Amino acid sequence: MTFVTQLSQKAWIWSFVGMFMVWLATAVYTGGKGSADVISAALSFATFTVIVGIGQMFVITTGPGNVDLSIPSTISLSGAVAMKIMDGSNGMLVVGFAISMACGLAVGLFNYTLIRVLRIPPIIATLSSSFLILSTAIAYGRGLKIKPPPLLAEFTTAQILGVPVLAIVIIMFAAVMSIVLHRTFYGRAVLAIGQNARAAWLAGINVERIRFMTYVLSALLAALCGFFLSGFSGGASLNMGQEYLLASIAVVVIGGTSVAGGKSNVPGIWGAAMFMFLLVTMLNTFGASAGIRLIMTGLIIVAVITIAGGEEA
Amino acid sequence: MLAQLSSPKFLRAALPAASFTVLLAAIFYVQPRAMSYFGMNLMLQYTVPIALATIAQMFIITVNDLDLSIGAFVGLTACIGATLLADTPLLGTLALAACVAAYAGLGALIHWRNLPSIVVTLGMSFVWLGIAVLILPTPGGTAPGWVKALMGLKVPYVPFPIIAAIVIGLVVHVALMRSSYGAVLRGVGGNPKAVGRAGWSLLKAKMTMYAAAGFFGVLSGLSLIGLTSAADAHIADRYTLYAIAGVILGGGEFTGGRVSPVGAVIGALTLALTGSFLTFLRISPDWQIGAQGGILIIVLALRALINRREA
Repeated sequence: MTFVTQLSQKAWIWSFVGMFMVWLATAVYTGGKGSADVISAALSFATFTVIVGIGQMFVITTGPGNVDLSIPSTISLSGAVAMKIMDGSNGMLVVGFAISMACGLAVGLFNYTLIRVLRIPPIIATLSSSFLILSTAIAYGRGLKIKPPPLLAEFTTAQILGVPVLAIVIIMFAAVMSIVLHRTFYGRAVLAIGQNARAAWLAGINVERIRFMTYVLSALLAALCGFFLSGFSGGASLNMGQEYLLASIAVVVIGGTSVAGGKSNVPGIWGAAMFMFLLVTMLNTFGASAGIRLIMTGLIIVAVITIAGGEEA
Repeated sequence: MLAQLSSPKFLRAALPAASFTVLLAAIFYVQPRAMSYFGMNLMLQYTVPIALATIAQMFIITVNDLDLSIGAFVGLTACIGATLLADTPLLGTLALAACVAAYAGLGALIHWRNLPSIVVTLGMSFVWLGIAVLILPTPGGTAPGWVKALMGLKVPYVPFPIIAAIVIGLVVHVALMRSSYGAVLRGVGGNPKAVGRAGWSLLKAKMTMYAAAGFFGVLSGLSLIGLTSAADAHIADRYTLYAIAGVILGGGEFTGGRVSPVGAVIGALTLALTGSFLTFLRISPDWQIGAQGGILIIVLALRALINRREA
């Protein structure tokens, strides 16, 4: 009994409950046919949302007003640049990865510079930079139809006993990031800043350095997502990052992280990402049209945030 | 006199108009033929829907929130305008009124639960888009005749978009900056606690601002189909970014209720001009959004410089 009560107090548990209920509804409707495949597909697609979700979570944790809106354009830029550099050759894989990460680093540095030097709210800073990043991606990747290197395509789509390999890697990565958040100086500093930036500063935390690291981390993870995603979907496309703007924020919120900052968890991101994918699958199986699917997705996000509530007044 | 002209306050207020003038001068320098009635009309025709969407965003920013759904919302109202409003005017009007009411409801919800507006509006953007797709699955529909007639108005000497922009700017300026309730509404952005203690209903203020944003979103959608004559659920996706950029270019501060309706309209004009400027310079349209981002960053940098002198 105490175990159940303890569990129900964890913020992240609800995303898993939602995920299970949606999966069950789908399984009942189809009579259990293909229910395992659905889980496998959900793991595959949720992986990409989780990668950017973790970065977004660290940014959101640093307090109100901190959101990275440049994630979608960074995904597109990183994917386009990596595909063009590698040009479908396995030998260039390491170079392509390094350049993809360099894109992320550059975006992170640029975002932070705007926030610090121009003293503008992070939302506006990342929004303005996303314009520039997207334009660069469009200009650079025009007419891009390059296949990813076979090795990358294989790695991102490989499965062991029906479990996607990339998902296993990212589950382990999420576990590491969970330790980083709760057990390292950096993670605790992020939480402290989110709770009270001034108190954190008085306690001797270099607030600006932590914020800098957080924005760079988010951009790096977006670049990583773009790299893997273009391998997974057989090439980069310029609007492939688009859906991750809402998704990255939604999984953080549904996963039980407080939008007011200072209170976060990593497991919830996985639960929420699976929930989002399974929800769309469920609506698909029920035969809902594209319009209904969009409306339901939107309403559920609004409902979750309404129930979770905002910052304490 | 000189001291006054170089005071941070004056510089800050003059920045939007100055950036617009610089851009316009650059366009005339590159392409002198643009300096005509026809040329101005063509360059500025999309100013009206952008300016209306910018004003809508400005209302939300006034109360320290941000609306990431205004583009999808304008798209929805455009779809309603090109279908329901054209076919059955009564039903169309009711649907548009319901849209405004939904915005007021959002304002109430955000205030009641103290929710982050970004997450709520981001979720709502999917709802607006979904409804728009249900109403108009494929691009099409026709704008009502009177909307087309209004947007196609030919005024002697001064192009219609400029007159419309001046009217929009002045009307909102009088309502928000010169009326006593307008001051209260801006106060909600500046110091909500003080406004609440003075006996004003914060809930009512937020609902008023969201309803006003919804109303201008409807106007933006209608004016847009007046120009394009057909609609599509994705017709105004970019307006979310345009609207935020327009408010900031126009000198609006992100917090504290410091906004400027006239500035916002000038900001929208500046954004509409950027596209033409790049075309005249023969820069590929790929860089259009990039250039808009660049202009945004330059203006913000100038403002940071001015603010630093003040400090």
